[in-house]
Amino acid sequence: MGVIQNLFEEGYITTTIDSFLNYCRASSIWPMSFGLACCAIEMIQYYAAPQHDFDRFGTVPRPSPRQSDLLLVAGTLSKKMAPVLRRVYDQMPEPRYVIAMGSCAASGGIFNTYSVVQGVDNIVPVDVYIPGCPPRPEALMDGIIKLQEKIKKEKYIRKEK
Amino acid sequence: MDPAQIAKMIEENFAGHVLGTATHAGQVGVMLKKDLIKDICRYLRDEPSLRMDHLADLTAVDFSRYPGDTGPRFEVVYNLISTVYRHRIRLKARVPEEDPRIDSVSSVWQTANWHERETYDLMGVKFDGHPDPRRILLPEDWEGHPLRKEYPLKGY
Repeated sequence: MGVIQNLFEEGYITTTIDSFLNYCRASSIWPMSFGLACCAIEMIQYYAAPQHDFDRFGTVPRPSPRQSDLLLVAGTLSKKMAPVLRRVYDQMPEPRYVIAMGSCAASGGIFNTYSVVQGVDNIVPVDVYIPGCPPRPEALMDGIIKLQEKIKKEKYIRKEK
Repeated sequence: MDPAQIAKMIEENFAGHVLGTATHAGQVGVMLKKDLIKDICRYLRDEPSLRMDHLADLTAVDFSRYPGDTGPRFEVVYNLISTVYRHRIRLKARVPEEDPRIDSVSSVWQTANWHERETYDLMGVKFDGHPDPRRILLPEDWEGHPLRKEYPLKGY
C-alpha cells in the first residue's frame, strides 16, 4: 500500500450516507460498450492497454446492459442503429449514465447527412460529451473522471420532492 | 484475354444487344441492352475461354444531371473478373426512370444478391427475379432512394 502504510492508527471515520454510497457508485462504474465506429478502437485501447488501465477507476467493461451503469456510445450512430441504442438504454437498470464519445456521437460530426443521427442526445439523455475525432484515451479517462465527479454530487437515495 | 476481344465475343454471340464499347485507361466497358443481361452474364461465366467467375462489383449510376446525356436515366454497371485468366470486363445497361427494372443476376453469381439489394436501396433500381428484394442498408420503412440526384443531402 506504499505511502499509507502505518500512516494511521486503528480508528474510524465519519461521513454521510450519500457521500459513502456515491463513493462506492463512482468507484464501480461498469460501462456497457456501444462501439459503433473508429472511436470504438480507441475505447478498446483504453479498456485493454496497460498504459491506460481502465480498471483502476473501478470501470470494468460489461457485455450486458443488465449489469451496467454506464452506456459508452463510441462512434457514428446511424438512423438504422438508433432503435437498438434506445433498446439497450432501456434495458439498463437505474441509475444509469451515458457518455457520448467522439464528435459523431456528440453531434453527428462530419456526417451531416440523411442517414446519421445528429448526436445521440436525440435518442438518449447524455451526461458527458467527449469531443475529438477520435478522442485520445486520456480524454476518455477525463470523461470518466467527470462522470465520477457528477455521481459524487448526487443525492441518490432520497427522491426529490 | 484482351478485354477488347472479350467485347468482340459478346458482340458475336449476342448480335444486336451490344450498343457500343468504350475504352478508358485500358479498361473496356460494353454497353448492352438490358433484356438479355442475365443470359450474357451466364455466357461470360460459363464460356470455357472466359470463365468470368467473380462479380467484383454491381452498382448503378444516375445520369439525370449528367451534362449532355439524353439516354435512359440509370445505368447498371457490372465489373467482372476471371480469377482463372486474370482478365476483366465491364458491362453497362441502361434502365429508364419510369420502369427501372432489370433482370437479377444473383442466380449467376451469389454475390450479386447483396449488391442488388444495395443498388435497389440507394438508387431504386428493381431487380426482377431477386430472391430477397429488401432494403439492406437503410431501415426497412425508409422512403426514397438517397443516391438519386434529386434526393437532398440532409433534411430527412
